[in-house]
Amino acid sequence: MRLDIDAVSVALGGRPVLHEVDLTVHPGQFTALVGPNGSGKSTLLRAVYRARRPDAGAVRLDGRDLWAMPAAEAARHTGVLMQEQHTGFEFTVAETVALGRTPHLGLFDRFTRADRAAVDEAVERTGLTPYRDRRVGELSGGERQRVLLARALAQQPRLLVLDEPTNHLDIRHQLDILELVRDLGITVLAALHSLDLAACYADTVAVLRAGRLVGHGRPEEVLTPTAIAEVFDVDATVHHDGGATRFALRPRCVCPEQLCHWSCRTRRAAALTETTDVR
Amino acid sequence: MTTTIDELAAPDASRARRPRAAVLPYPALLAVLAAALAGSTLLATGVGPVGVPADEVARILAHHLTGGGDTAATSDLIIWRIRFPRVLLGAVVGAGLALAGAVVQGVVRNPVADPYLLGLSHGASVGAVLVLTTGAAALGALTLPVAAFAGAAAAMAVVLVMARHRGRLLPVRLILVGVAIGHLFAGVTSFALARTDSSAAQQQIIFWLLGGLSGAQWATLPVPAAVVAGGVALLLVRARRLNALVLGEEAGAALGVNTSRLRWYLLILTTLVTGTVVAVSGGIGFVGLIVPHLARMLVGADHRRMLPVTALLGALFLLWADVAARMLISPAELPIGILTAFLGVPFFLLVMRARGLATQESAS
Repeated sequence: MRLDIDAVSVALGGRPVLHEVDLTVHPGQFTALVGPNGSGKSTLLRAVYRARRPDAGAVRLDGRDLWAMPAAEAARHTGVLMQEQHTGFEFTVAETVALGRTPHLGLFDRFTRADRAAVDEAVERTGLTPYRDRRVGELSGGERQRVLLARALAQQPRLLVLDEPTNHLDIRHQLDILELVRDLGITVLAALHSLDLAACYADTVAVLRAGRLVGHGRPEEVLTPTAIAEVFDVDATVHHDGGATRFALRPRCVCPEQLCHWSCRTRRAAALTETTDVR
Repeated sequence: MTTTIDELAAPDASRARRPRAAVLPYPALLAVLAAALAGSTLLATGVGPVGVPADEVARILAHHLTGGGDTAATSDLIIWRIRFPRVLLGAVVGAGLALAGAVVQGVVRNPVADPYLLGLSHGASVGAVLVLTTGAAALGALTLPVAAFAGAAAAMAVVLVMARHRGRLLPVRLILVGVAIGHLFAGVTSFALARTDSSAAQQQIIFWLLGGLSGAQWATLPVPAAVVAGGVALLLVRARRLNALVLGEEAGAALGVNTSRLRWYLLILTTLVTGTVVAVSGGIGFVGLIVPHLARMLVGADHRRMLPVTALLGALFLLWADVAARMLISPAELPIGILTAFLGVPFFLLVMRARGLATQESAS
């Protein structure tokens, strides 16, 4: 499913948060959304999963205006794994995942065998089968994250929107969850903090800075040391290591002159280079 | 479609395999509760200052329900004209209040909510107090219920309008506005109570505020019964969406549920149900707060399962609370609101300690 974000602008409390963002994600493509805190990543995603209507511009799924569809139809196309603190009553894992079928069911529809199969498959794929009858509140943060992913998968969406899906997860599960998502073969738009994960799993990376899209393309084209310094305000070295892209990040040097902290050494390195040059 | 997280990180089985203690399979539980309600109706109808054995109650009821006319017997009069409608009304009111509580708790996503949190009962009180202090009787015996309903509806309308923010209803605003408006209406009630010279009116007002079913007769039964039955049906159809609503604004959007519209719908429905039952029973507290929690302890939080159980438990609870209200200081009567507190609170605390109310552990 093709996602077109078309000149979307959003203001929150009178403050512009997104400014005419244009972004296209082609069918089956995994696009990572990166940018510093407050750059508008979550707001952009919320416009895509219909939690916040854009003040201007449009979001289109396969060319159809998402915000003109009935809510249930939009939710049949779009699954969401959001940053969410579960504060509801005590649903079990199976009950929570079954909620993913909501957009497919009318008021008077009963759960069919197909619905049950979708739920079972989502539970299975996220490794939650042994947890089916546990209450969500008793699970760890990482397990809860998997429950929410399972709920999104039960929706059988053709577009998956992920907001920091690797939050609360240990390193192993961070990789697992992104691998699982990539293997689905559906269109994915994911806000990610980790540039390494973005470069590893995404087909394209879109960079947001202060509500504007400042870059979109293949990871190695977009995530250059210059771009990273400009957007994130950190110094970066990018290594290409047998096909994988790795980022070494460190804070920009703000040490007093002549006296770089040992953890920084930026200036010492520069001084050494200069000495070499003089000689 | 091959990778599963399971293959890579097998979960700790000892922690995972802990099935939730199920008292009974769900259909069996429903059947048991329904049977208990039917049995209780018979028993409770027999209990009173004049005791009537259950088999005679059954005979009298069967006689009337199969189209038999009134007979001259005293027990016939007591059972058919006085007690039976009262027991039925108790069940209807209990079911209605409990359901309304379950819905409001879901709508504002707060386990301490009840139908009165949103100012409903205070509004109804104002309506009732105005009738009792002014002696208005424009609609005869129906004046008081109609005024109480109008008061509840007016309070809810004020709450909904004031809590509305850009056309949306958000839980925290609803609670704040509901509590504030409730205090305002309670002030009006207190004012009227303090100003009235008639101690008889004061007595009536206090009794009304604490609730009671002594006014029950066949004529007061059909409207609340129809509204509660209709409410059950309309709510059950939306139980799945209510589940989504409980998960919050964002989850609702993600699942294609128009949360704001659903809140409007459910709150108006709750107002209808609560207003109608409060109008005939007065301000019976506690049922709407506690019964939904008992239901969740029994069958979990899924509204498709807990709403029917909530209705049945509410009916059972209020039916027996009314028996206690009639019997404890017989032949006089206690306001039922006192009973719901005296019976309900210890019972609820015991059950909670025994089974563990985990409602809010997940919020951490």
